[in-house]
Amino acid sequence: MDEMDQILKEFLVEAFDTLDGLDQELVKLEQQPNDQEIINSIFRKVHTIKGTCGFLEFHKLESVTHVGETLLDGVRAGKIALDQDVTSALLGLIDATRQILGVISTEGNEGEGDYSALVKTLRDLSDRRKGEVSVDAAPAPKVVPYDQIPDHLKEFVTAPATVETPKEPTVMEVTPQQLPEAVAQISEDPKSSAVHDTSLRVDVGLLDQLMNLVGELVLARNQILQFTKGFNDSHVLGASQRLNLITSELQEGVMKTRMQPIGNIWTKFPRIVRDLSKSCGKQVALVMVGKETDLDKTIIEAIKDPLTHIVRNSIDHGIETPEKRTKAGKNPEGTITLRAFHEGGHVIIEISDDGGGLNTERIKQKAIEKGLSTAEKLSRMSEQDIHRLIFAPGFSTAEQITNISGRGVGMDVVRSNIENIGGQVDILSRSGEGSTIKIKIPLTLAIIPALLVSHAKERFAIPQVNLVELVRVQGEAIANHIENVGGTKFYRLRGNLLPLVSLGDQLHLESEEQGDVSEQKINIIVVRADERQFGLVVDHVHDTEEIVVKPLGKQLKDVSVFAGATIMGDGKVALILDVPGIARRAAVLSTNSEGRPARKGEAVTEGDGRVTGEHTSLLVVQAASGVRAAIPLELVQRLEEFPTNSLERAGGRPVVQYRDGILPLVDLREFFNHDAVLSDEELQHVVVFNYGSRQVGFIVQKILDIVQERLVVSSEERRTGTRGAAVIQKLVTEVLDPADIVKRSRPEFEMLSGGNPEAVN
Amino acid sequence: MNQEQLATQYATFKVGPLLFGVDVHKVQEIIRYQELTAVPLAPVTIQGLINLRGQIITAIDLRKRLSLSPIDSGKDPMNVVVQLEDETVSFLVDAIGDVIDVDQEQYEQTPDSITPVIRDLTDGVIKLQNSLMLILSVSRAADVRGVR
Repeated sequence: MDEMDQILKEFLVEAFDTLDGLDQELVKLEQQPNDQEIINSIFRKVHTIKGTCGFLEFHKLESVTHVGETLLDGVRAGKIALDQDVTSALLGLIDATRQILGVISTEGNEGEGDYSALVKTLRDLSDRRKGEVSVDAAPAPKVVPYDQIPDHLKEFVTAPATVETPKEPTVMEVTPQQLPEAVAQISEDPKSSAVHDTSLRVDVGLLDQLMNLVGELVLARNQILQFTKGFNDSHVLGASQRLNLITSELQEGVMKTRMQPIGNIWTKFPRIVRDLSKSCGKQVALVMVGKETDLDKTIIEAIKDPLTHIVRNSIDHGIETPEKRTKAGKNPEGTITLRAFHEGGHVIIEISDDGGGLNTERIKQKAIEKGLSTAEKLSRMSEQDIHRLIFAPGFSTAEQITNISGRGVGMDVVRSNIENIGGQVDILSRSGEGSTIKIKIPLTLAIIPALLVSHAKERFAIPQVNLVELVRVQGEAIANHIENVGGTKFYRLRGNLLPLVSLGDQLHLESEEQGDVSEQKINIIVVRADERQFGLVVDHVHDTEEIVVKPLGKQLKDVSVFAGATIMGDGKVALILDVPGIARRAAVLSTNSEGRPARKGEAVTEGDGRVTGEHTSLLVVQAASGVRAAIPLELVQRLEEFPTNSLERAGGRPVVQYRDGILPLVDLREFFNHDAVLSDEELQHVVVFNYGSRQVGFIVQKILDIVQERLVVSSEERRTGTRGAAVIQKLVTEVLDPADIVKRSRPEFEMLSGGNPEAVN
Repeated sequence: MNQEQLATQYATFKVGPLLFGVDVHKVQEIIRYQELTAVPLAPVTIQGLINLRGQIITAIDLRKRLSLSPIDSGKDPMNVVVQLEDETVSFLVDAIGDVIDVDQEQYEQTPDSITPVIRDLTDGVIKLQNSLMLILSVSRAADVRGVR
């Protein structure tokens, strides 16, 4: 019985593989109806399935495949013209076969499905050319190699096919390399069946185990290399060198075994494109370039669904109807191009269509409708940034919901799926010319480049995909460039405030003691998570290394700040940081009043302050008693505190000596409440802005918080110096217009805006 | 615990004053103390991670798990590497004892008088000549979520 199970299992695996190939071949055949090689190959495959079914006593499946085989035999012999009806029926046969096999694999029997209608259709089609082919008495089909088919028969096949409008071949296989290779590949094609003989199935678990062992070997090798460094014996050195080389090659080889060509998941696209374009009433050709590009098996699995979704989208929304295309002076047949290639340790997959491109105006309209952005923000955004909004959650531009795409879960799911495997996705679109979606993914998940850092003598690895840059702040620059707002530190990175997160604080580790102020230094690792940047402060930064990612046990699943662990060269374990997890823990991505962690993809203001989506960073202050105000953080230059007694007056206006210059001040209490009395506090809180080429400080009563919120300003409550009021942290807050305030309280600055060198740092 | 589940051989080890036993078939190996990598923010009973020939294994401090006082300084615990259904964990114990053969008659349910935290992690006791061996429930001992 066990042996039988084994045979059945192998049959199922093989049959499913075969079916995937058949889909593709049939679609190809429809376009090249006279290609005898394809017909023979299809026939062989159906015949094999039928034969094994008979052996395994799956009679239902056998009867269905049998009539299909009869029909194919007719096609092969040139007795039946291969038209759309025949192709559709044959595709139906494959679907039915797949269905029955599915039931067999789960239930162990053929199930209750009724396929008599399909059998009838297939039979009717084979009967269409009466005479030579009799269904029930069909002789056992023989496999006839192409070169043994008489020439006159080949011609016979071509003849009826020309009745149809001949189409350009729609499936092309082109290697990204030089032409000779492409030619070589084409000439290899007829022999492709030979490939099966040189490959064998291996359990993925075994490969994983091999990968583990090789990882261990690499560590052992590293130790030996270190050990033999002190030797002068040339034999020992030679042997360790050889060990080094062999290990590297072995590692590479084992990694390759986990690689699969991306073509494996592209095989189903010709069928999808065919079916979908038919049901949309469009003509679409599919071009695939770089099928042989290798990717790790787990990654291939992970990108399957996103790719399918994008291709569906391209057909449904991208490519126009033939009439529209003709009107626009384009070929009525649209083209979708799938392109895959390696670039700098990554794999790039591009899905392009030559359709109408994205409709920028519609996206804007939709973004406002869905509350994803405001007209004002959109007007400041570049066209490409607007296009990127299609990746925002809850965005869908389909005029009507079709059964193909446009349910509103589209592109943001694609984006998060791709980001989950450390990839990135972007879109480039030109109106009238088409769109290209570019996906960048790592080669493998098992071995990733990572930056090693240490904090409190513990080593941690930060995946390279999350890294943006490294910044070291030393000595006095610490005081000058690091701000402290309500307990959160910010670093001023090229004019933008970057929230800082101390790794030690987050992980409850003690930081190493530092010397006196002048020797202090802070290592900031600028990292990106969910499209936002923040700075991770660590004690030491080491090197970049390729690390082998290992999962953590389930006892540690709840600790969301680690993505896994790895084994270092010295054999010790180091933890891999999960940057989004740390961001959520530190709540830097969306620090609103409840401290609610940011939902994935929610806060999309980039670290450089550019607003790409729905949220804005705001500095919330108590401007004067009874005046709660917010200032867009991108306008704020610095936050300062001055002792009250250091404030002086010049020309009857408050000023303060600041960085070798004089900083003019505007007291917001005076501005709003006409209450000129400085508070009795010892320190005055000042928000510094750039005004033209000079700096101006606003004295506020209190600095409250920095928040990320959707800014909806109602101008009904607008008063001088503000843009209106908004609800921030559930409280009505006035949104300041710093330029207006300066203009009104310091009108003389207008004339001087050319520059006042003393005041500028 | 019913009779079928009772193993015939137990690997024994000491944790504080207690003698525990685990079905020998579940014990993958016993190794000396290894340097651990601590996991910040992890439950306190997790002592850290060890590298067992390329596999990263979570080490659980059985003393902490049983709410016993920490091991004397200067003494290194031993790793009892145990295979659970879908993973491998290591229990840190004080010292390793013999593998003992057990008869059905020696088995008894865990007495109610034993402290609840210990009773919860025990699948019964085996009466030995001079002492009691507690049968450790490895799956419950390895489930440290919610343990503070």
